[in-house]
Amino acid sequence: MSAEQKSGITHEGDFYSEEALHEMHDSMLFIRRFEEKAGQLYGLKKIGGFCHLCNGQEAVCVGLESAADAKDYMMTSYRDHGHILARGTDPTAVMAELLGRAGGVVKGKGGSMHMFDIEKNFAGGNGIVGEQVPIGLGFGFSSWYKEDGRVTICIMGDGGINQGAVYESFNMAALWKLPIVFLVENNQYAMGTSLDRASAETQLYKRGISFKIPGMKIDGMDVLEFDKKMRQAIEHARSGKGPILVEANTYRYRGHSMSDPATYRTRAEVDEWRSGRDPIARLQNQMIAAGLSTEEAFKQKDKDIKKRVAAIAKEAEAQPEPDASELWTDIYSDPIEGAYPETGKVY
Amino acid sequence: MNKITYREALNQAMAEEMTRDDRVFLMGEEVAEYNGAYKVSQGLLDKFGPKRVIDTPITELGFAGLGVGASMTGLRPIIEFMTWNFAILALDQIVNAAAKMKYMSGGQYSCPMVFRGAGGSAARVGAQHSQSLENWMANVPGLKVVMPSNPADAKGLLKASIRDNDTVIFIENEINYGDVGPVPEGDYIIPLGKADIKRAGTDVTIVAHSRMTGFALEAAKVLAQQGIEAEVVDPRTIRPLDEDTIIASVVKTNCAVVVEEGWRFAGIGAEISARIMERAFDDLDSPVIRVTGKDVPMPYAANLELMALPSVADIVEAARVACGRA
Repeated sequence: MSAEQKSGITHEGDFYSEEALHEMHDSMLFIRRFEEKAGQLYGLKKIGGFCHLCNGQEAVCVGLESAADAKDYMMTSYRDHGHILARGTDPTAVMAELLGRAGGVVKGKGGSMHMFDIEKNFAGGNGIVGEQVPIGLGFGFSSWYKEDGRVTICIMGDGGINQGAVYESFNMAALWKLPIVFLVENNQYAMGTSLDRASAETQLYKRGISFKIPGMKIDGMDVLEFDKKMRQAIEHARSGKGPILVEANTYRYRGHSMSDPATYRTRAEVDEWRSGRDPIARLQNQMIAAGLSTEEAFKQKDKDIKKRVAAIAKEAEAQPEPDASELWTDIYSDPIEGAYPETGKVY
Repeated sequence: MNKITYREALNQAMAEEMTRDDRVFLMGEEVAEYNGAYKVSQGLLDKFGPKRVIDTPITELGFAGLGVGASMTGLRPIIEFMTWNFAILALDQIVNAAAKMKYMSGGQYSCPMVFRGAGGSAARVGAQHSQSLENWMANVPGLKVVMPSNPADAKGLLKASIRDNDTVIFIENEINYGDVGPVPEGDYIIPLGKADIKRAGTDVTIVAHSRMTGFALEAAKVLAQQGIEAEVVDPRTIRPLDEDTIIASVVKTNCAVVVEEGWRFAGIGAEISARIMERAFDDLDSPVIRVTGKDVPMPYAANLELMALPSVADIVEAARVACGRA
């Protein structure tokens, strides 16, 4: 079959094959159902602590992954489940981490906010707002130093972008032309504070102007659009032109974290995003209109994914908690024998 | 053996390690074209070029984080803080990122890097530029804290710190930069976590680090004239602390004085005293005495500044009390 005969969707001149579209749809829907399951397990007190879900923001996670190379570095804040899943990390390990189990992606030592996968070039999972931005600067610096052709995608939220560390990083990234895409997931609220109450300049893509960092604003509720524009941003960084700042407009359907009932926004506002702009429904409708699938087929797929997520949760829950010896591992790479009463030796 | 300054010894350590390992780079304020605010990095830009010796804007949190990220990719950054006072701006990256990265990532990422610069009190620079922060750093699991007291230790410990696979907080002393001493050439490495007995003695143990080691040695001379033989133990590495060497000395002398420039409350002296109590209680003839900086912000006036710091006389007095010869 020749390329012209392949079925798919052309979005602003770019062709997405049926297979690629299904993959993106699967991935978004999987993240949605995974997060719902996490919310449920949190409600049952099986997941503890802080738990920040990304329902509604799936197009950013998946579009970004579609646009990036596997070798590219990525790091984000504590709203990290969707991103690490999109990177292709074993979802059972992610769920096990949420449950504090031995088979967790970081052996049960990190939890919801600290997901890492070095094999997938995913550097967290960072719990302090904006902290990952100077760290991302360091990854970008490393690629400049080693000339390894990688791009760092350093993700923050509309809350994080107000941290001073971000502007310190913008300055150095621009000064040394480091290959970094600074991606702001603007989900409109920093915890309970709306964007216009926290930012003097609400067009966040402009926040790099005084560092001569070009900005792009992308609809983060449209996975095809996000993928397409993100490719341009990544290409900009990879080509040696220096950093670029991307603002993805998106929305989280749930509260900031599981303990947040989100009373600071109206039901009407949430409904407007949910029913009018949902990224999964949008792609689904596009695919149905293009004759690539049917309502029934999507319903069946959803059932299958829910089943898969339930099985993953069951499998993760069945895992043991970390061994007690893990309390004392991974603190130092070069421990000094006998020098640490801290290692539990009682005198 | 060549006699060189403390600052030259540090310079030599960096130059040798940068020659040996091209993953090592030096970054900080004024480290390159200015040749270092305290001239510790003198000549390194000429030797290694602008890719490996990098001047930063005045942006401690940012470049500390840059070092953390770079170390996570396998590079070996040396991040210079002009002084440790400015590292307070970078504490999030040191404490929340570098120290915890290995644990939080289940062992996947580590941060093999050195944060270094001048610590302790300088001379007549006031409260914000004169303070000891080693107890803050040493409190954090995941960090190692190293403080050399003489030129040879400066070289051997810095080389070991650069080669170490963990995050090392390397605190130099501004007043010591010009000190001259014999320094072995070439690959001179002092393993971390090993204290050094700077002077052997039988009557009283004086534990002192960084600039206070010199004060303790001066005090020991005075004490010797009075017939008291003090043993001066320099931990060299604050964390991990070489408890065994300290305890062995106390078991021998049956009394101890712990000296530090920093504030008394929850200081290094408090930690060392507690450990002596835990392990050598029955060997003690008298309570451990702490000689510390006064519990005040550092004043500017020369007389007040002197009063705020421990003195040789303070150490002599404490040692005499400790061994019952006051």
